[in-house]
Amino acid sequence: MISPGSPPGSSSQSPRSPSAPLFLSVTVTDPVKLGNGVQAYISYRVITKTNLPEYQGPEKIVIRRYSDFVWLHDRLAEKYKGIFIPPLPEKSAVEKFRFSAEFIEMRRQALDIFINRIASHPQLKQSEDLRTFLQEDEETMERARSQETGIFKKKPTDLMQIFKDVQSMVSDVVLGKEKPVEESNPEYEKLKHYIFELEDHLAEAQKQAYRLVKRHRELGQSLADFGKAIKLLGACEGDSLGKVFSDLGSKSELLSIKLQKEAHNLLMNFEEPLKDYVRAVQSIKATMTDRANAFRQQCELAETTKLKEINLDKLMLMRSEKAVEAEIEYKELKAESEEATRRFETIVKLMSEEMMRFQEQKTADLGLAFHEFARGQAKLANEIADAWRSLVPKLDACSPSMCS
Amino acid sequence: MMGAENHYGLEPPPPREEMETLALVDDDHPSTDPHPLAAVPATLHGGDPLLFPPPSPHSPSSSSPSPSPSSSFLDPPAYADVVFSPFDSQNGTSSGSNSPRCAAAAASEYARITVSDPQKEQETSGSLVPGGGTYVTYLITTKIRTPASGGGGPTEFRVRRRFRDVVTLADRLAESYRGFFIPPRPDKSVVESQVMQKHEFVEQRRSAIEKYLRRLAAHPVIGKSDELRVFLRTPGKLPLSASTDVASRMLDGAVRLPKQLFGEGGGGYAGPQDVVQPAKGGRDLLRIFKELKQSVANDWGGAKPAVVEEDKEFLERKEKVQDLEQQLSTASQQAEALVKAQQDIGETLGELGLAFIKLAKFETEEATYDSQRIRAADIKCLATAAVKASRFYRESNAQTVKHLDTLHEYLGLMLSVHSAFSDRSSALLTVQTLLSDLSSLHARAEKLEAASSKIFGGDKSRIRKLEDLKETIRITEDAKSCAIRGYERIKENNKTELERLDRERRDDFVAMLRGFVVNQVIRSSCLEYDDLLSCSHAVLPNFNILGLGMQRRLPMCGLRKQKKLADMQRRAIKFRIYVKISGF
Repeated sequence: MISPGSPPGSSSQSPRSPSAPLFLSVTVTDPVKLGNGVQAYISYRVITKTNLPEYQGPEKIVIRRYSDFVWLHDRLAEKYKGIFIPPLPEKSAVEKFRFSAEFIEMRRQALDIFINRIASHPQLKQSEDLRTFLQEDEETMERARSQETGIFKKKPTDLMQIFKDVQSMVSDVVLGKEKPVEESNPEYEKLKHYIFELEDHLAEAQKQAYRLVKRHRELGQSLADFGKAIKLLGACEGDSLGKVFSDLGSKSELLSIKLQKEAHNLLMNFEEPLKDYVRAVQSIKATMTDRANAFRQQCELAETTKLKEINLDKLMLMRSEKAVEAEIEYKELKAESEEATRRFETIVKLMSEEMMRFQEQKTADLGLAFHEFARGQAKLANEIADAWRSLVPKLDACSPSMCS
Repeated sequence: MMGAENHYGLEPPPPREEMETLALVDDDHPSTDPHPLAAVPATLHGGDPLLFPPPSPHSPSSSSPSPSPSSSFLDPPAYADVVFSPFDSQNGTSSGSNSPRCAAAAASEYARITVSDPQKEQETSGSLVPGGGTYVTYLITTKIRTPASGGGGPTEFRVRRRFRDVVTLADRLAESYRGFFIPPRPDKSVVESQVMQKHEFVEQRRSAIEKYLRRLAAHPVIGKSDELRVFLRTPGKLPLSASTDVASRMLDGAVRLPKQLFGEGGGGYAGPQDVVQPAKGGRDLLRIFKELKQSVANDWGGAKPAVVEEDKEFLERKEKVQDLEQQLSTASQQAEALVKAQQDIGETLGELGLAFIKLAKFETEEATYDSQRIRAADIKCLATAAVKASRFYRESNAQTVKHLDTLHEYLGLMLSVHSAFSDRSSALLTVQTLLSDLSSLHARAEKLEAASSKIFGGDKSRIRKLEDLKETIRITEDAKSCAIRGYERIKENNKTELERLDRERRDDFVAMLRGFVVNQVIRSSCLEYDDLLSCSHAVLPNFNILGLGMQRRLPMCGLRKQKKLADMQRRAIKFRIYVKISGF
């Protein structure tokens, strides 16, 4: 038994939510345009239904906008290094596309998927930031969001990190092209190359899928135009033949509408999942960056600690006054080094669990998308065949001078 | 192969028999179409001759039926050939011809005309144009319909003609058959000798000449013409008088003009035999001027000419034809756009399939998890379906083009209609010109008579002038009668042709629409997606999607078998229906 695939736009229950005794179910719905002019934005209603004790009540509705989701994503990315944070839909580059119905619907669907993936991830769902996101009122949310963007809240090491990241390309860091410090784990190397190549293949597939959507629309348009022209041509003819022309033209226009519908269906249920797949792979790449950074940090700190240790021994031998100070520093550094090592190892462990989870999830997602594709195309084909077939008897009735 | 198709279509045979018949259709190629997914057990196409009968041997578009498994999923689904080849118009009759035109075609004495074997030949006489020394000739083979009496005489003729001969034929026909809707001849090319070298151009021209000759043969009146007979049957040089070019004609006309204006009486007026041809394009410059003057007088002069186009029915029909032309033009354009859109979607589907094949290959090679392998299998399933569907659409699109071609052809026919109508109006102009000539001649004669009667005993020179004038009037009266007869004949021809146009157009359009509709039905009966549905369904094991209990279960084995059988039956029924409505 297959549960229905994509969440219907206006229902209140998202089928991606769990149905175990302790549940957390979230829906993103009801996009509304707020504000004027340049400041205009879309707000979404986020409905949370849960019986978890950490939450304030069985149901809570809040209003959130895209930047709030971005905030949540960034917080999770910071705190849960090693986990593949579910990807967000992109910001829109083109201004006038930002408020088109199709774009808004695509975004809403993607945000719904995003929040539900978080709510069902064993570690992420326990995040306090998630609770803030799902429950706090709009003013608190806004405050939290604007605090986050302040660069001065970041710790000095984070700042350093930011500058280093800005300097080097992600791929360089992860593939270790220029930096000498990298993991020498052959399995991980294989994984890295897999992810990078996978992104290329997926991007190509997604591009073709989008083109297919466009082609459906174009065919729909040309069927409509053709239908109109045929009707006009039929008006030149006599009664019974003219009627057949008119029927044919009407069928053509009808099919045009069906094609537009299927184009939309393809977009939401076939192309978008592929896009989602690409984004997920990019999220993995971000985690790989984190891992490489953690590894480098660990190495550097280990290096520094060792030097400090040597220095300390030297000072202790010389019975210098600096020895005490040096010892304190050394102990601090050692703790930091151990912390870095722990962080790195956590990432490694998490990544391998996440990888397996990712593969399984993607197989399921793609299977669903393909099923939708086949179903939609088969349905469309049947509708087209039926529509045209209904005209054959009329045409047969129309030709008196057929010789057998 | 063609014969076999007649077998099913009229009575509904039960599915099993159907399968056997189809399996027998091509049993020199036992189907080897193993499913490309080695990992997947649900090989629904594997080895079933019903579902994928091997490509028909004579279909020109099928790729070579190679048995190698790796390329098998790239071959077009062979049932496409079975279904589509009936529409391939391989017979010699006109293109709209499934059934409605066969009455017309059967009446033509020419059973089949073929143009083939283009050869380059050298110009024997010195050519004025440098580099224009060669031309191409075509072999024209004509099969005559053998008379029932079995009389003697050859049943096949072969002649060699060059394009110039075709032009000559067209011109002679235009002269002899004014008022008829003569099929338009293929275009001359502007840069003839240069372009001639290219193989494509020659091929295009060959095909155009063939179409043209076949259309001529199918015309109820022109098909029986002497000009055509002579063209098709007389070997050697074409015994029709060649058309001269405009420059020479003008030159000739200019030479005669002084004589006409200043010379002896009778030299200035068109004789009866000339009058049945239009003034334009002739050598009689004076006549051209006169008719021009007349037409200006018609348009701008105060007085209505003596004879005008009064036939209301004709005028109505003319308007209708103009309306038709406009709509044809739009419809023809939209048809082209539709064909292109269909082509595009097929192409994109193919590219999508290829992108997925690459992805599947990649995932299979790099697989470290079972879920990856399963996913790769799924992807390959989809990719195969997409590629196959793409091929199928390409085949069907070729047929769409053929059917909608009727629109383009009728648009071309509008040219013939225009020239037939202009035959009529130029004949009318000739009549009008002659009438006003006559009235002015009569007026002059009256004046002369009046003047000479005042002089007692007569004026010798005046009397002679009067004699000449009376002679001229007599000639002109003859010419006028001829011209009127010619005009009436043209009007008759217009009428019969318009009726024929209406009749044939109706039949042709019905055939076109039917062909188009059936083609669309078949096109949408691409069975690939049904396969795909079963494929992706069958393969996935239980999955906890997002760890949340969303289940996807393998259909049970028994169920799967039942489903497979149901699928096959469903497809057989679908297939039968499609073949049935394709008209066999």
